[in-house]
Amino acid sequence: MSVVDRQEWDVVVVGAGGAGLRAAIDARERGARTAVICKSLFGKAHTVMAEGGIAAAMANVNEHDNWQVHFRDTMRGGKFLNQWRMAELHAQEAPDRVWELETWGALFDRTKAGKISQRNFGGHEYPRLAHVGDRTGLELIRTLQQKIVSLQQEDFRETGDYESRLKVFQECTVTRVLKDGSRVSGVFAYERETGRFFVLEAPAVVIATGGIGKSFKVTSNSWEYTGDGHALALLAGAPLLNMEFVQFHPTGMVWPPSVKGILVTESVRGDGGVLRNSDGKRFMFDYVPDVFKEKYAESEEEGDRWYEDPDNNRRPPELLPRDEVARAINSEVKAGRGSPHGGVFLDVSTRMPAEVIRRRLPSMYHQFKELADVDITAEAMEVGPTCHYVMGGIAVESDTAAARGVPGLFAAGEVAGGMHGSNRLGGNSLSDLLVFGRRAGWHAAEYSAALAFERPAVDDVQVDTAAAEALRPFSAEGPAPGAEDGRPPENPYTLHQELQQTMNDLVGIIRREGEMEQALEKLADLRVRARRAGVEGHRQFNPGWHLALDLRNMLLVSECVARAALERTESRGGHTREDHPTMDRTWRNINLLCRLVDPTGGLAATDPVRGQIDLSRETTEPIRPDLLALFEKEELVKYLAEEELYE
Amino acid sequence: MSSYEARFKVWRGDVKGGGLEDFKVEVNEGEVVLDIIHRLQSTQAPDLAVRWNCKAGKCGSCSAEINGRPRLMCMTRMSVFTPEETITVTPLRAFPVVRDLVTDVGFNYTKAREVPAFVPPEGVGPGEYRMMQEDVDRSQEFRKCIECFLCQDTCHVVRDHEENKAAFAGPRFLMRVAELDMHPLDAAAESGLDRKKTAQDEHGLGYCNITKCCTEVCPEGIKITDNALIPLKERAVDRKYDPLVWLGSKIRRRSS
Repeated sequence: MSVVDRQEWDVVVVGAGGAGLRAAIDARERGARTAVICKSLFGKAHTVMAEGGIAAAMANVNEHDNWQVHFRDTMRGGKFLNQWRMAELHAQEAPDRVWELETWGALFDRTKAGKISQRNFGGHEYPRLAHVGDRTGLELIRTLQQKIVSLQQEDFRETGDYESRLKVFQECTVTRVLKDGSRVSGVFAYERETGRFFVLEAPAVVIATGGIGKSFKVTSNSWEYTGDGHALALLAGAPLLNMEFVQFHPTGMVWPPSVKGILVTESVRGDGGVLRNSDGKRFMFDYVPDVFKEKYAESEEEGDRWYEDPDNNRRPPELLPRDEVARAINSEVKAGRGSPHGGVFLDVSTRMPAEVIRRRLPSMYHQFKELADVDITAEAMEVGPTCHYVMGGIAVESDTAAARGVPGLFAAGEVAGGMHGSNRLGGNSLSDLLVFGRRAGWHAAEYSAALAFERPAVDDVQVDTAAAEALRPFSAEGPAPGAEDGRPPENPYTLHQELQQTMNDLVGIIRREGEMEQALEKLADLRVRARRAGVEGHRQFNPGWHLALDLRNMLLVSECVARAALERTESRGGHTREDHPTMDRTWRNINLLCRLVDPTGGLAATDPVRGQIDLSRETTEPIRPDLLALFEKEELVKYLAEEELYE
Repeated sequence: MSSYEARFKVWRGDVKGGGLEDFKVEVNEGEVVLDIIHRLQSTQAPDLAVRWNCKAGKCGSCSAEINGRPRLMCMTRMSVFTPEETITVTPLRAFPVVRDLVTDVGFNYTKAREVPAFVPPEGVGPGEYRMMQEDVDRSQEFRKCIECFLCQDTCHVVRDHEENKAAFAGPRFLMRVAELDMHPLDAAAESGLDRKKTAQDEHGLGYCNITKCCTEVCPEGIKITDNALIPLKERAVDRKYDPLVWLGSKIRRRSS
């Protein structure tokens, strides 16, 4: 059967969002022949949805900013669980990555002095986010896309072929990473348009597939976010790190139902928007946790003064890290002080002139006007938490972005874990994509070059197995292997909806032991049923088939989230346990790792109760003393265990 | 408004041909056309092919023609139609059909490659770029483009004239030329590239007779014709007929 088309490349990048494109640019500039594979059209990746900006301590607006302050903010935001070396590299390199975009044609909003303007955001001590109105992600993706085109133009001039050194395979999905022994040898993929299978042989594969939000019902994420890269890494034998940490963005749209979950940018609050409950009260003042008490305003007057005079006033609590704000909104709604459609009110209309709102928040203005009939210059928005981002991800080496345990596998962006600890600050995602996308492309290219004369071989059996796995939904009528009965095939759309409801209700923003156990049972049931997910029609651009294949990934990733969330008996960042409501310092240095039960990447014989995932704990490396010295001792005692403090 | 049952006609088929298929489908308050297409997928036609991503008018994937008008399905609210109305959804007409509502938009990617990239100014390093907001405003407007290709679809130069595609970049990519031409630091001229001339000679600016159809369908509200194409035409004409204007702008650029 193995007559699938094969091509040889040096580096294959899976995903064409910010991290994937930045990786591809670096790999190609270092001489690696680079292929990019993405599920959507080139330039449509989810990065396009990022609104607020790119965090980078350029100090254009406040001269006191520097990488150390950015590092501190990032660690605080992540409640000190961050892989600190990543947070350090990120803070140090972000400004260079932003400036470089300008040399590729990006046009950021400007300061009066003509520099890149920077705006305030939750958890950032100084105005730090380079931005273009509220469409920064679009600017980022377009700039990277256009840089890729310019490299292709160079290649065309030299070789007569635009795609000789850098090719984008758009609307293609990777279903397996192939291996030669322990090492990566390539990827197995299908073209969405034709359903045709193909193999890209390469010693190095960069995973940059983004997140997992489509496993939840209320999410700001697009259909692409089915945890493909997380699952590909698991199946290839790499561990996932701290998957319990899922960020619920505090402000998603709540009405009308069809747009529930769509993001309302944090810039609304960064620029002066305030949150109110149904009593008209700015409730965030009641929700400042102890660890942040000294850093936030205690009165509305002080908070309001801060926008004009940040050196002598403290910031309003609307700008607390996202996990804090999301929990607060959840509590207000639960206490019966919510808005008519089950959210709270986010208001800019009384805070800024209409014309300023339209200039600074054009796409929010447009979005509410078009989709909800709400004029945000005249009335408040209704908002509530929405699943937005996963902090957990593929466990990687900080400097090289190499996935642990699988030579040749690299990961960058949302799919990689560690950088953001238990909670990501707004604006730190776009900078993460650029900093670690570049590092992943760089080290993948170097790794691949070292294997130029001993390229790992692609195994025909693996290719056949991958093809059979991908074709299975077309023959789902009969009994699945291992199942005795001949029940009718399952509708993949129904399975997906049940999965989303399960994760939303049972492993959502506030978690309880019994519910998570229930979720694991439900996931086991869905796993069995998903093996009978059947599709109609043929392989040409068939969304039912695509979804049936994506279900494998969503189920794997959801199990990781539920198992890790059940294990961590504390509340920290994007993981809140009603039965363990406080942060526990003894968990500060504990990572939870998820691995596939079957180390060969097989899923067939999985025990329905035990599941597909093995969970283990590891103690993290102590934070380097010079980095610890950036904090006051009084602050560190709130986070670190006694023995960590006095080592 | 509560739920009702709407009548839809959706084009189904592939490169070999196809036709409109009738559906009756539930519609709820606040929904957009894309919600209805998704409901058809999950309940009646699981293999109905459609492109989409963000569902918030930001990615430009779900372009189609709704009752003959090029639109984003995610930004077309059902409330603009009466419950009695039959809503017809067809693929973009200017591009070859792949399947159902999905078309081959490769034309646009080909044209994108033909526009020479931004040329960074020599001697200005990363972090040293200084530009005033008022000088980047114009190009920023064009960079709002989400590449939904509705303007490319509606432009009559190619909509019914396949033969013009080779010579004409279309509004989106002529606007890209304008964007680069108006970029305060683009050093194309210094490198010997005259963007106005190439707009005319290589990207088919002359085909555009400013009927503003592109502007009308732009979901981002970009004034493609008034702010990009007409100024580009004026500059191209200046260049063609007035060597003094050309020289003047050359000197001005150097001294700034």
